[in-house]
Amino acid sequence: MKAIKQSGLILFLIGLTIFTGTIFTGSFSLNSNEFDSFIKEKNYKNELIKDELQKAVVTSENINIFEFSSRVRNAYKVSNEHYEALITKYDSEKNWTKKGEQYQYKIYGKPHSLSFELAKKAGAGFAAKNPILMWLLTFGLGIIGALLFIIPDVILLGKPGIKNNGIFLNAATNRGWIGWFAFVFLVSFYILLYFYPDYIVNWVYLVDPISESISGNLASQWFLYGFLYCVVMTVMAVRMYIKYRHNKYQILRTTSVLFFQIVFAFLIPEILVRFEKPWYDFKNAFPLDYDFFFKWNLDELLSSGGFGLFILVWGVVLTIVVVPVMVYFFGKRWYCSWVCGCGGLAETLGDPYRQLSSKTLLSWRAERIIIHSVLVFVLVMTGFALYTFFSGADQVIGIKTQTIQDIYGFLIGSIFAGVIGTGFYPIFGNRVWCRFGCPLAAYLGFVQRFKSRFRITTNGGQCISCGNCSTYCEQGIDVRAYAQKGENIVRSSCVGCGVCSAVCPRGVLKLENGPEKGRINPTEILLGNDIDLMELVNNK
Amino acid sequence: MEHIVIIGNGISGVTAARHIRKNSDKEITIVSAETDYFFSRTALMYVYMGHMKFEHTQPYESWFWKKNRINLKKGTVSKVHSNANKIEFSNGEELSFDKLIIATGSKPNKFGWPGQDLNGVMGMYHKQDLENLEKYAPNNQVCKRAVIVGGGLIGIELAEMLHSRNIPVTFLVRENSFWGNVLPKEESAIINKEILDAHIDLRLGVNLKEIKADKNGNVSSIIIAETNEEIACNVVGLTAGVTPNIDFLKNTDLEIGRGVKVNRFLETNIKNIYAIGDCAEQHEAIGQRRPIEAVWYTGRMMGETVAQTICGNKIEYKPGHWFNSAKFIDIEYQTYGWVWAEPKENEARFYWEHQSGKKCIHINYDKNTSEFIGINTFGIRMRHEFFDKALTEKKSVQYILEHLADANFDPEFYKLHEPEIVAKFNIENNTNIQLKKKSWARIFSA
Repeated sequence: MKAIKQSGLILFLIGLTIFTGTIFTGSFSLNSNEFDSFIKEKNYKNELIKDELQKAVVTSENINIFEFSSRVRNAYKVSNEHYEALITKYDSEKNWTKKGEQYQYKIYGKPHSLSFELAKKAGAGFAAKNPILMWLLTFGLGIIGALLFIIPDVILLGKPGIKNNGIFLNAATNRGWIGWFAFVFLVSFYILLYFYPDYIVNWVYLVDPISESISGNLASQWFLYGFLYCVVMTVMAVRMYIKYRHNKYQILRTTSVLFFQIVFAFLIPEILVRFEKPWYDFKNAFPLDYDFFFKWNLDELLSSGGFGLFILVWGVVLTIVVVPVMVYFFGKRWYCSWVCGCGGLAETLGDPYRQLSSKTLLSWRAERIIIHSVLVFVLVMTGFALYTFFSGADQVIGIKTQTIQDIYGFLIGSIFAGVIGTGFYPIFGNRVWCRFGCPLAAYLGFVQRFKSRFRITTNGGQCISCGNCSTYCEQGIDVRAYAQKGENIVRSSCVGCGVCSAVCPRGVLKLENGPEKGRINPTEILLGNDIDLMELVNNK
Repeated sequence: MEHIVIIGNGISGVTAARHIRKNSDKEITIVSAETDYFFSRTALMYVYMGHMKFEHTQPYESWFWKKNRINLKKGTVSKVHSNANKIEFSNGEELSFDKLIIATGSKPNKFGWPGQDLNGVMGMYHKQDLENLEKYAPNNQVCKRAVIVGGGLIGIELAEMLHSRNIPVTFLVRENSFWGNVLPKEESAIINKEILDAHIDLRLGVNLKEIKADKNGNVSSIIIAETNEEIACNVVGLTAGVTPNIDFLKNTDLEIGRGVKVNRFLETNIKNIYAIGDCAEQHEAIGQRRPIEAVWYTGRMMGETVAQTICGNKIEYKPGHWFNSAKFIDIEYQTYGWVWAEPKENEARFYWEHQSGKKCIHINYDKNTSEFIGINTFGIRMRHEFFDKALTEKKSVQYILEHLADANFDPEFYKLHEPEIVAKFNIENNTNIQLKKKSWARIFSA
């Protein structure tokens, strides 16, 4: 069994190495036909960019993606700088007509995204030519290796039950060198994905065949991410199934998040695209889905006929009605650990890191300030977006809506939710985004704290203060602080993963939905100690 | 300002301090020789097993003590001068008090076995024991085999701990079945099997004769009294129960039995000196409880109670209905009320065991009046409040069975065995009890 596990690890590492190495392979160039069709497709109105790009990419030289990217970005830069110079010139000459004419020649967009688009067409090399074979050598080996590493645990972990042996003695799960390595890898991955998509264009080739079979289109880096997300969740869900095979709550919850990720977040949106409908994830509620009320999205929905309108109405109803009503009945867990994609990744890929979340009072304070600031930020931004949409003015009180949206997208959407939110799993635990950043979680938290039937019931006086519950709380809640006082746990941040209850050796904690009355129960004296409470109160 | 000095920073002493602070402005000092800060003794096993770090066993962050104006003093108390109202430390330092709470807990029993103080012989009660274990049994290269002497809760925990690092364990139990003096034979048999299934070498009905040393004074083997068998080992765990940790109180005016004698108000024979927790011995046992109870929650309850008394609200210690819980490797155990190893004359039993052999419930009731007396459960969690109320209201065994769904505390979606349990009772007793559906109204009517 141990041999199988180790060979699985080796296969996985080989797959990972090939995957990483793929970035550096291939050569990138276009012939003149391909180039002309690209220019036609883009409908560029200026000649300069055509010349510059042609010089850059129509070549018989053997250039790698980094060189290719730098040439393309330079071409766009030269062209844009040229027209900016003209704009400045006509501006000083007060030649407004000429100045106005120049804007149509400027090319907007992030340089690396423009470069990605072109690179996607320009690639030649092993990955681009043999996507299926390379898929097997990267994804295939990774999946098989990971499963061979995970499945022997059925035997190795021993009989069903809580098996947390050695977690704090292991370099992978106790911020040891493996943890730091995983941290660097994940952070680099997200930085590449969000900011340097052209550098990972070879990875995107690998999933082209899959993308074509689902949506009919070639893959983008977001398809790659979605596919990878599903693969990682599925493999790590197998791990969850084995680890918690004695616990039906965990099994069902894992199945649920996996289902919503694969079907709702991945397949349905891609299939919608195949039928020329807007890409939409029906479970992704505003304000987590922060661009729902952006002008471009509303415009797209409104121009997509009845179906677009349906999505618009559903998106609003989801946030205003479905989400809070469900939180009232079941707690925010119905979303955060049964449906949400971010939660889904945290509960599968992130499960091995749950014990690393900080439980200090200081981190709780920081959490409340940060998460509610993000909520305020997203609401203000949405106010701007809606004002822009209805009034047509592109700025409010002198601040451009687009600027605010760009800042949010960069700071919160990319850096916080992606780079920090997932990249920091191995260091700060698996719910960094959900705990500190997610504005939807903040909103659900208010409902859960003030108007909900959900609580974690503490079982009378059985708590022995051992601290397993607090240690394994991914949201950094000091569960023990409540349990040892005999109090139920009612906290806005609780995502109801149920692991505190699972790891409790004395059967003290139970997640339940019950009457609101008595849900919050501060106690002076714990159950079992037969002090006459009335007498106690009267004597005070 | 009145100065309250508490000797011992375990659950009893710390609970007393917290409640005194809640209810008064008195000066509070906690004295401990073991650690700087309060930690949960019950969690030591999880540190060795790698489930937690030691800092996770501390329920309060270190700023807590200063913020709540609870002074912490590290030192070993060597004497109590009751007439001078002061304690003396081993280094000669003194500390005066207005009121003194003795909460020094217990220490492991040693029955004079030859070799009981060798290197590599340890209990599993103190932080120092954990450090010793890391030293003598860090892995199965250093510790080829460990022998555990004494078949109680700590013994099986220590066995599980060593097992988690793949160290072979031989487990010597004096009784003919694990914890056979406390658990009925059915439950005890389940645990025997659980121990053997974990590949722990369980030896029932045997005693330790002596522990032998190598030339460096380290443990090298033990001899079993009954068979004279010699078992080579590097570590010996002594877990044959505990006694109050009160040696430093001998030759004082305090009345002492096995523990510090206290009345129902937890007062000793000397005014302004109290004793709580494992080291306190009731003059007369309360209900069916033992005069000395080395249980986590009784320590906590005594702390809660004595704090009221010290803050001028004199309250008797009434520990209410017996309950307890434990985990034997993978089997969770809870008990409410009394289920003795052997039924008493007026008692009848109902026992149900799941086909897996890992879950059971055992109900004890009065065969004449049908009054419910107690329940043991393995692998099924039960609601403390439900049984506490049922015991207070002297409900019948029929009532308990009818309302088993209310009593269940297992996580959501778990398979419930109540219908099977009730059906079995009906067949055995020729009754027609109908299981009621779970009702929030009843659960929260308390």
